[in-house]
Amino acid sequence: MTDDILLISMVVLPFVGAIIAAFLPTKARNAESWLAGAVACGALGCAVLAYPAIAAGGALRTEIPWLASSGLTLVFRMDGFAWLFAMLVSGIGFLVVLYARYYMSPEDPVPRFFSFFLAFMGSMLGMVLSGNLIQLVIFWEMTSIFSFLLIGYWYHNASAREGARISLTVTGTGGMALLGGVLLLGHIVGSYDLDEVLSAGDLIRNHPLYLPTLILILLGAFTKSAQFPFHFWLPNAMAAPTPVSAYLHSATLVKAGVFLMARLWPVMAGTPEWFWLVGMAGLSSLLLAAYFAIFQQDLKGLLAYSTISHLGLITVLLSLSSPLGAVAAIFHMVNHATFKASLFMAAGIIDHETGTRDMRRLSGLFRFMPITATLAMVASAAMAGVPLLNGFLSKEMFFAEAIETHVPSILDTVTPYVAVLASLFSVTYSIRFIQAVFFGPPPVGLPRTPHEPPFWMRLPVSLLVLSCLVVGAIPGRTIEPFLRLAVTSVLGEATPEFSLAVWHGLNVPLVMSVIALVGGALLSVALRRYLATSQDGPPFFRRLKGQRIFDRLVALVASDGPRFLERYLTTRRLQPQLRLLVAAAILAAFLPLWRQGPGLGGLTFPPVFDPIFALVWVVGTVCAVIAAYQAKFHRLAALALLGGAGLCVCVSFVWLSAPDLALTQLLVEIVTTVLILLGLRWLPKRVEAAMPVPLSLATRVQRLRDLILAVLAGLGMMLLSYAVMMRPAGQTVGAYFLDRAYTEGGGTNVVNVTLVDFRGFDTLGEITVLAIVALTVFALLRRFRPAPDSIAPPMQQQIQRKFDVAAPDREDGATLSDYLYVPSLIMQWLFPIVIVLAIYLFLRGHDLPGGGFAAGIAMTSAFIMQYMAVGTRWLEDRLRVLPLVWMGFGLLLATATGIGSSLFGYPFLTSHSRYLEIPLIGKVPAASALLFDLGVFSLVLGATVLMLIAIAHQSIRRIGPVRAANKAEEA
Amino acid sequence: MELVLALGIGVLVGSGVWLLLRPRTYQVIIGLSLISYAVNLFIFSMGRLRVDAPPILGPAGSGPAAYADPVPQALVLTAIVIGFATTALFLVVLLASRGLADTDHVDGQERR
Repeated sequence: MTDDILLISMVVLPFVGAIIAAFLPTKARNAESWLAGAVACGALGCAVLAYPAIAAGGALRTEIPWLASSGLTLVFRMDGFAWLFAMLVSGIGFLVVLYARYYMSPEDPVPRFFSFFLAFMGSMLGMVLSGNLIQLVIFWEMTSIFSFLLIGYWYHNASAREGARISLTVTGTGGMALLGGVLLLGHIVGSYDLDEVLSAGDLIRNHPLYLPTLILILLGAFTKSAQFPFHFWLPNAMAAPTPVSAYLHSATLVKAGVFLMARLWPVMAGTPEWFWLVGMAGLSSLLLAAYFAIFQQDLKGLLAYSTISHLGLITVLLSLSSPLGAVAAIFHMVNHATFKASLFMAAGIIDHETGTRDMRRLSGLFRFMPITATLAMVASAAMAGVPLLNGFLSKEMFFAEAIETHVPSILDTVTPYVAVLASLFSVTYSIRFIQAVFFGPPPVGLPRTPHEPPFWMRLPVSLLVLSCLVVGAIPGRTIEPFLRLAVTSVLGEATPEFSLAVWHGLNVPLVMSVIALVGGALLSVALRRYLATSQDGPPFFRRLKGQRIFDRLVALVASDGPRFLERYLTTRRLQPQLRLLVAAAILAAFLPLWRQGPGLGGLTFPPVFDPIFALVWVVGTVCAVIAAYQAKFHRLAALALLGGAGLCVCVSFVWLSAPDLALTQLLVEIVTTVLILLGLRWLPKRVEAAMPVPLSLATRVQRLRDLILAVLAGLGMMLLSYAVMMRPAGQTVGAYFLDRAYTEGGGTNVVNVTLVDFRGFDTLGEITVLAIVALTVFALLRRFRPAPDSIAPPMQQQIQRKFDVAAPDREDGATLSDYLYVPSLIMQWLFPIVIVLAIYLFLRGHDLPGGGFAAGIAMTSAFIMQYMAVGTRWLEDRLRVLPLVWMGFGLLLATATGIGSSLFGYPFLTSHSRYLEIPLIGKVPAASALLFDLGVFSLVLGATVLMLIAIAHQSIRRIGPVRAANKAEEA
Repeated sequence: MELVLALGIGVLVGSGVWLLLRPRTYQVIIGLSLISYAVNLFIFSMGRLRVDAPPILGPAGSGPAAYADPVPQALVLTAIVIGFATTALFLVVLLASRGLADTDHVDGQERR
């Protein structure tokens, strides 16, 4: 039980912290740091507390069933390897928080930084602790997203935006590939559970789908760990704040790829495919990135390439498929995390205190910041692999593995030579890092006068460097038990015997180390003059940039390609698009019919033929056809005919036992008509010419084509619906609803009970959609304006106005204000009556036709009538119309009712029903669904009123001052 | 009755599709409304046509067979309301487009 709490809180804590951090004030640097530090410490504490159980030889595991029926369960699982990573992620996370407190300047909005930072930490911990592969991929993608947000933290900076975009594109694409790979893996094994996958090694390696699975998973890992040829995003990501780089590129983000490779190593490795793919990527990254790193002028750029190179080293070790190689790989993951985090922090301190990271401008800083310089020197010595430091140990192990022959091939033969060469380069760039920055003459023309940073900013660096020293000097007493634990949990019974010792005797790896150290030192001396003034980037390769190729590709996929396709294959015009759409829909319906045989055979005429119903539909179809014919020139007539067709639909609903539908249709018909009437005045006037111009041939062809399409669509729908209607209905869920509506839903109107009870969740979704649409309408109309009125006041109004002006005893506009006086009076009187009707419809809804939807729209029509009767201004002076509030209230009430049921231990939106005796009124249904329906009512009312009055308000909006000025200028 | 309703649905769809393919925004909005009538009726007819059998339970339980299928009705009811909302949205887009482009052509510009 405690284990469950430990595991879950490790993942949940950072996310909770992220949410809190987001809401702290902008300037709260200290509060944010305390919060983030406490969260990181908490996660670290959880990991420490979990240690005894893991050391005792078990993996902690906790499951939270989610969709158990589909085999989806949240699994958190911590074995030794996950534990080691969790320690790294939370421990280095804590140090980075401390560092960031002093690094971030008071102008930076820190809530955003710490919120993203904690969320990233949570995703990373979630990924490390995932015991289910799908879950792992989700957390993996979350690390991509949060790293995107962190890299782009200074979004006012173009290079930060660029770097963030590239990293998201590359790692996100890799994540997609990984998802594919994981799905294949789950298909092969039959389960996504990590434990089951890890015990199915032979099955996976011998499966015909092994190679595609491997390629997809490796694509994910290589992009994440910036392996060649996907390495280019990492140097670009250096535009991030240094704490982000220190965290992402040492212990976390880029380690995710190698973490995954190590995690799946027992089941995926050991095949020639694995050796070649992983080995090639690893070796080329190892060598090329080390070479590139020498020629960087930016401190962080050098560290970025060195990171790629060291990740390449880990990848090579994993490619060898030997258990000792895996041991060395895991060991180097830890070592690299410590020395690289401290180096990034040191580079950040230098940048922070001097104002530049350009190694050509920096020099002689030793005299200004001796302590930082010493720390950085030790850390870069660890990076170079100098004895007595942790980097040396894992590098020796690497050399020892490199000279062994694992798979006889040319790749295996060159590995030791490449290893020595890359190691030599790494010595060179490590020396260059130190020599260029800290030694030489005092710097000139720096933006700031350098000095030592505050103690607390240096503390994280000191701690990390100390750990490099301690691990390097006495590995057996410090890291060995933890490493053994991690390795055992990955390798299981295949765990080899290994010992971490500084002195292994005079052997080949030692000779290789000496060659690398001496050769690297010589090379750095040889290159010193060239590098002091050279351009950024390595010679010969300066022009060949992965990024440029990437940009080309992106342009091809995102702009040039589509533009080409658009020009030659598609159109921007709506009509051809719709025509294609309709044709495709007709084809899609026709094809299965054609393949299966029409299936219309055996259809007979219906037994019942009602002449009156037929007559109704004669009217309906005539209305529809004339509306179609007249919609261009006679808009008002078309609108009226549309209403006619709508009424016909409404009558059919009444006829065919759907009173609720008829009611709703009728009410909606009213508001739709009002709505379109409101919009009509802003359409351009269109008058049919007395002598129609003869149509061109193209137009005739087009119209004929449209007519054929329309007739085909109509015929198709007719046949389809007829065919369905003439078939006996199968067993539907409707019978179930009818059975339970009264006993369980407490209402006799089954449609309403279905809406507010059985399918309440659907209804909640639908009213949310309604709210969104209403808000969109509202927002659009606030921003955009319809065209200025295109129609002058009608003739009648003009005459009346002239009369007023001519008559001495009448004011201008007096007659106009009395326009429709009697109807408007009646409409005012109708206000309470319609409201009572709406309440009546609402209350009876559970048992008889009515309900929240119908009542809401009825209420809307009450308001609209008032708007029409007395005018917008008059009404809004006297009546508070607050559709936004009503909408919000409705949505909240509906949701709260749903949540309320869970207070009593029932699932979301379970309803409770009973009848209440109220004096005078009698028995009143009081189901909790009534509250839900009240929410529906309030939302529908708010949404429809909002849409209608948003359009109505356009009439009284004046032209803004800018536009008025423009108009005056034009005139 | 089924034949009449099927014919009605067919004519509504036909008129609607014709209008959908016209160049003026107002024609398209009327066409969409006609099509939405037809689609609502179509979905409704999936529960088969019943006369005098509204799904409102009587005092004495008489079994599900005595009532029309309530599920398509519930579906259509929300569809009607949402249909109104989309009509409103389309109308606003139409007005905004007319305000910006000074034409009511669906492409925002007259055909050259």
